[in-house]
Amino acid sequence: MSQTTATASIPPAIARPARPPAPAAATAQIAERALRKYFRTPGLFVMGVVQSALFLFMFRYVFGGAIRAGAAGYAGYLIPGYVATIVLFTGGGIAVAVAEDKAQGLTDRLLSLPIARSALVTGRTLADFTTNGWSIIFTAALGFAFGFRLPSTAADGLAALGLCLLYGLVFTVVFIVIGLFAPNAQAAQGMSMIAFVLAFVSSTYVPPSSMPGWLQPFATYQPVTPMVNAVRSALTGGSHDLAIALIWSAALIVAFMPIAVIRYRRA
Amino acid sequence: MAVTGPPLVEAHGLRVRFGKVAALDGLDLIARSGQVLAILGPNGAGKTTFVRTVATLVPPSGGELRVRGIDVTRAPVAVRREIGLAGQFAAVEPTMTGRENLRMVARLFGHRRKAAEAAAEAVIEMLGLGEVADRRAGTYSGGQRRRLDLGASLVGAPRLLLLDEPTTGLDPGGRAEVWAAVRSLVAAGTDIVLTTHYLEEADELADQIVVIDHGKAIATGTAAELKAGIGRDIIEVALADGGQLSAAAAVLETLTASPAVIDHTGRRVRSQAGDGATRLAAAIAALDSARIPVDEIALRHPTLDEVFLTLTGSQQDAPGTKADSLR
Repeated sequence: MSQTTATASIPPAIARPARPPAPAAATAQIAERALRKYFRTPGLFVMGVVQSALFLFMFRYVFGGAIRAGAAGYAGYLIPGYVATIVLFTGGGIAVAVAEDKAQGLTDRLLSLPIARSALVTGRTLADFTTNGWSIIFTAALGFAFGFRLPSTAADGLAALGLCLLYGLVFTVVFIVIGLFAPNAQAAQGMSMIAFVLAFVSSTYVPPSSMPGWLQPFATYQPVTPMVNAVRSALTGGSHDLAIALIWSAALIVAFMPIAVIRYRRA
Repeated sequence: MAVTGPPLVEAHGLRVRFGKVAALDGLDLIARSGQVLAILGPNGAGKTTFVRTVATLVPPSGGELRVRGIDVTRAPVAVRREIGLAGQFAAVEPTMTGRENLRMVARLFGHRRKAAEAAAEAVIEMLGLGEVADRRAGTYSGGQRRRLDLGASLVGAPRLLLLDEPTTGLDPGGRAEVWAAVRSLVAAGTDIVLTTHYLEEADELADQIVVIDHGKAIATGTAAELKAGIGRDIIEVALADGGQLSAAAAVLETLTASPAVIDHTGRRVRSQAGDGATRLAAAIAALDSARIPVDEIALRHPTLDEVFLTLTGSQQDAPGTKADSLR
């Protein structure tokens, strides 16, 4: 074994690329790979869909009967909020995927290639926004099956859905950062639980005014509450809390995008 | 292949710190084009850190590091175009086929679609991955996966291939596969810097060896030079009767004034001898007068293992005794 002569099949010459890839091309490759992994791992997308259906079912039909919220019944209150925050539940998967790539050495491989650092983040974001976008649309459709009816026009409904998709994008970036800071996949899963606090201690499931006094300030002023309020308002053609929701969205992206790029650099 | 111009890799006083730990502590090293350089060291010596620093994954905290004359701190992007990295962990996407993996990395090196296909095809042929190219990488054997990883580092036609412990964790068959692949790359003129904690691997694949320990280079040379550098030959005695091993050891120790090592399973005793040739005759005479029947007696140069242990001065850190090294 020690003196095996080289299996010298004469290697066909490989051309040297003229220049590094454009950021858009690199982004597309990174996104394509993440999507392939997602769709070729049945556990990932099947679980995502089943989980969001199950939670909605429980809140709508198990807890819902005991909750008094919203003039139009609990379905009309719960479902817009649920669709707006579904990314907070599915986002753990993003953090886990990012942490896994890091642990398996795939991130090292990508970082050793002549691509823009930002392409790692934009590619990942594009892929995860796509999968989360589907889960938002799926959950919205499920909402109709669970008794939700549009209070106003379809155009208002689409505007509200657009806001939900925007939040999906915002929190995708946040979860990427969580994954980058997590030492391993299990930790990424655990750290993602923080998002549950944001989802539950907000106006998503019950009005903050029903919470104990000491909890109300957090529930009222954390970003998820105005985001959810803006969606509910948009459904009836209103713009209550819309400006605050948009400012929060912009602020979170502006804050977390650079952290992701910098953190990828030393993953 | 001797090329004039800047060395392939040049490190001067290179330091990398992680918090309080100095992973590289003033490393000096030169790798020249046309040679395979092996960086040999015990676990935690800084081998992986060095490779990661050359690959621009870890910034140096001090000193200089240039790849083909390009400073890694000032122009990391230019360095990335020169290198291909194959790491300790097979960094391929398990849910994608071998061909898909290669095409993706080729695109990320900057190839257009057609050129990426051609590069993937060339690598598949070069590394003999044809039969498994359209299977998901997750189904590959260890050796196949490592070859795919190697292939992925080649699709951009890098000028320097960095292999971080290319055969760690592979069975002997997988190791032979990877060695054959590395040899064919060398034959084709690829410049390689590899790290290993297997002495055999350094001896087999490398032209130049740098031994590092605690983040510093402690010896440099060809395998033969390192062996000669120890300066002391070894007298080795094989006995017919295992019961007389300690008696023979005592005789050798008196004679060479250095400790004798007993190998019970091989029924052998060995000791380093300052001027081997004259001591050998004395050893034969001494063993004879002590009435110890000798099966075989020889004077030989030290193995790389013995060199390594002498240099790093620790039996416990002997290479190949632990499965993983620090990342």
